[in-house]
Amino acid sequence: MNPVVRTVLQRLGLGLITLFIVTIIIFSAIAMLPGDFAKAMLGQSATPETVAAFQREIGIDRPPVERYFAWVGQIVQGDFGSSFASRTGYRRTVAEIIAPRLYNTMFLAVMTALIAVPLALGLGILAALYRNSWFDRVVNTVTLTTISFPEFFVAYMLAYLIISRDTFIGTEFAQSLPEWLAASINWVLNLVPKFPTLANISDQTPFWEHVWRAALPSITLTLVIVAHMMRMTRTAIINMLASPYIDMARLKGMSPMTIVLRHALPNAWAPIVTVIAFNLAYLIVGVVVVEVVFVYPGIGQLMVDAVKSRDVPVVQACALIFAATYILLNLTADIISIATNPRLLHPR
Amino acid sequence: MKSKNSGQREKGTKLLSVRNLHVEGFSDERWHPIVRGVDLSLKRGEVLGLIGESGAGKSTIGLAAMGYAKPGCRITQGSILFDGIDLLAMAETARRRLRGSRIAYVAQSAAASFNPAHRLLDQTVETVVAHGIASREAANRDAMKLYRRLHLPDPDTIGFRYPHQVSGGQLQRAMTAMAMACRPDLIVFDEPTTALDVTTQVEVLASIRKIVEEFNTAAIYVTHDLAVVAQMANRIMVLRHGRTVEEAETRQMLAAPAEDYTRTLWAVRKLAKPEVPAADHLLTIDNITAAYAGKVKVLQDVSIKVPRGRTVAVVGESGSGKSTLARVITGLLPPVSGSISFAGHRLPRTLKERPKDILRRIQMIYQMPDNALNPRQTVEEVISRPLEFYLGLKGAACDRRVGELMHMIEMDENFLDRLPGELSGGQKQRICIARALAANPELIICDEVTSALDQIVQEEILKLLMRLQQEFGVSYIFITHDIATVRAIADEVVVMHQGKVVEQGLKTEILTPPHAPYTELLLSSVPEMDPDWLTKLLETRERKRVGAAN
Repeated sequence: MNPVVRTVLQRLGLGLITLFIVTIIIFSAIAMLPGDFAKAMLGQSATPETVAAFQREIGIDRPPVERYFAWVGQIVQGDFGSSFASRTGYRRTVAEIIAPRLYNTMFLAVMTALIAVPLALGLGILAALYRNSWFDRVVNTVTLTTISFPEFFVAYMLAYLIISRDTFIGTEFAQSLPEWLAASINWVLNLVPKFPTLANISDQTPFWEHVWRAALPSITLTLVIVAHMMRMTRTAIINMLASPYIDMARLKGMSPMTIVLRHALPNAWAPIVTVIAFNLAYLIVGVVVVEVVFVYPGIGQLMVDAVKSRDVPVVQACALIFAATYILLNLTADIISIATNPRLLHPR
Repeated sequence: MKSKNSGQREKGTKLLSVRNLHVEGFSDERWHPIVRGVDLSLKRGEVLGLIGESGAGKSTIGLAAMGYAKPGCRITQGSILFDGIDLLAMAETARRRLRGSRIAYVAQSAAASFNPAHRLLDQTVETVVAHGIASREAANRDAMKLYRRLHLPDPDTIGFRYPHQVSGGQLQRAMTAMAMACRPDLIVFDEPTTALDVTTQVEVLASIRKIVEEFNTAAIYVTHDLAVVAQMANRIMVLRHGRTVEEAETRQMLAAPAEDYTRTLWAVRKLAKPEVPAADHLLTIDNITAAYAGKVKVLQDVSIKVPRGRTVAVVGESGSGKSTLARVITGLLPPVSGSISFAGHRLPRTLKERPKDILRRIQMIYQMPDNALNPRQTVEEVISRPLEFYLGLKGAACDRRVGELMHMIEMDENFLDRLPGELSGGQKQRICIARALAANPELIICDEVTSALDQIVQEEILKLLMRLQQEFGVSYIFITHDIATVRAIADEVVVMHQGKVVEQGLKTEILTPPHAPYTELLLSSVPEMDPDWLTKLLETRERKRVGAAN
């Protein structure tokens, strides 16, 4: 068998094993949470009998091991079970609760990735090409600044900027400035598109409207993740530039751009894609704060709400999706690393 | 492909003229001179050899001839006229257009200088296509022709392989094809065969010489090996510390070098030790077979006897299993079958099973002292560690012994608080020797200990090792690919090829004819100081081939 196919299958198998171990961890962690759904629902005044009856109804009176296997058995068949919020005659499956939220999160993640990844690669390549120039320094400083702020701060600052379009000229600060300065600041502010500061969407929202409303969260996330990817691109390429084959390319009369793109970059993919995968995973599993700020109905908020109400099946499903995302993206990064290494792709 | 300027290509007109070249390199926070006022000139079709030990500035001069200074270096003074064009006064973009197309470069390590991400063919034609000299298809066809002329196997398909898929000698020829792709006026060869085995070196030298002659290309040939440069160059320039020592036609230089320094360049080649037959054997290796990770056998049925207090030289090209043999003896690689007995007792197979005293009695010195010394340990720590570990020496006794060892390796005690980074290559290798000696070993395995060193330093290290043997009666297993080193130090010789012992015996027996066929090939491939050596060798081999065919 081709060694690459074998390695990919191996990694895939390892990924499945990891996922299995993760199910155990998720289940035990949630089982250890204090309180349960029945108590949370019924409140302080409920009698023990009512609580016990309700526990029986949603099935959390059974021993944990039995519940674990029942849960895993369901997942293997593609069934995430029912939310505890279901009632007799009104069943709400976990899948139908999660699906629209997951779609929203994926929408935002893909949109951000489409902006952030090319931007980071482009800036990284240019920074490597013009290393130690003013351009390199500015790009480094700006990206470092944006990741140094907490993401909610970036989010609120962006929202404030949008609001300032309409309000700046009326502020006391603007009136204390010379008129021409206030006017030009206002003019600049009005160049900024009037992005919605609340990203409230529903399943009826048309596609482009969705893009428009998700713009601010997406820009916020881009500012948060671009630095890491850009700096890794720059470093990986610069590391390659010390190789003898780069000297050779210079002595062959190749231009600096050709050297970076054709001679350095193809050998630098492995570290870059690893960092990209890591950041893309963050776009799915770590965006809850940004979702809250912009009231964007994503999976992060859903999970937080589910934890609050002890809706265990939803929490478990979310955690599992997060874990699978990490494993899948890292697997993809591994495969790209292998595919860009001719030593592995074309054995002797 | 026709050359752009074939009209002016007749031999003898001036092509390159370098005047008063000064180059500086940046290290330790300041600029140091590397080249200090060198003049050189080159006619069309002429090959100039630049020779000298490391740090002489020969590669730097080779690169400067392309108007190029390595990162961290700068050309501070002088003029470089290439075909009437001032390379230093040109814009960088204009210089780039010359590089690769009219002045090409062949690097020392082809394995490192080919980009691992691209196929050989794409790299070979890159300059032709980038400089817009020919279409990709035409360039590809021409590259295949060049591969054929350079005697590469499967010339029509080898270009579709990646660098890691072909051997070092083939890569070096592919790199020559790459340099030749634009039919340059000048090629700078920077130690193109230094990393190759002697048997491979002969083929590469022959290919380079043939193609340079065919296309009447001028060349600067940089090397530290006088015998090699004697085969390749019309004229030789000897360099030291960035200055010209002397310059002369090749034959004249070899027959009557004017400077003492030039004569020292062949120092090791003149060392020769009379062999002493052995009384008894310290180490006996019986039918050892070894393999890595259960795969291909690297050693097959190897049996070797190492006489007590003598030196056995193990010679062979890379891949012959020499270093694996060392790993088996030291216990790093347990053999698949066979046994080793040491001083009359059977050696346990693995390192773990061996008692500390056995470990103490067998020591090893490596090729690269840089990698073998911990860069964060001072010389004193390096040497006192085995004293403490094997002999339990502490305090004043340990210090006294460290002093004695420093005396034995002829180094001053001032060096004790230095770090390896502050020492020269030869000094570092001396420290490695002292570390091995500290354990009072009976056997020292020396794995290519002199190959990374300059000729003069090699001679010093070999003399030191021989003196230590006379004084302490230690036995050496001396792994090397260099026949001159064998002549200098060995009592007995073992010739290895593809994991098997081809021949073994006293040095004179092995080095005087008749030889086993492989030994013959190996010995005849060692370059000699005779400028006609390569020509004669190729003729002899051709005659034999024809003779065998009839």
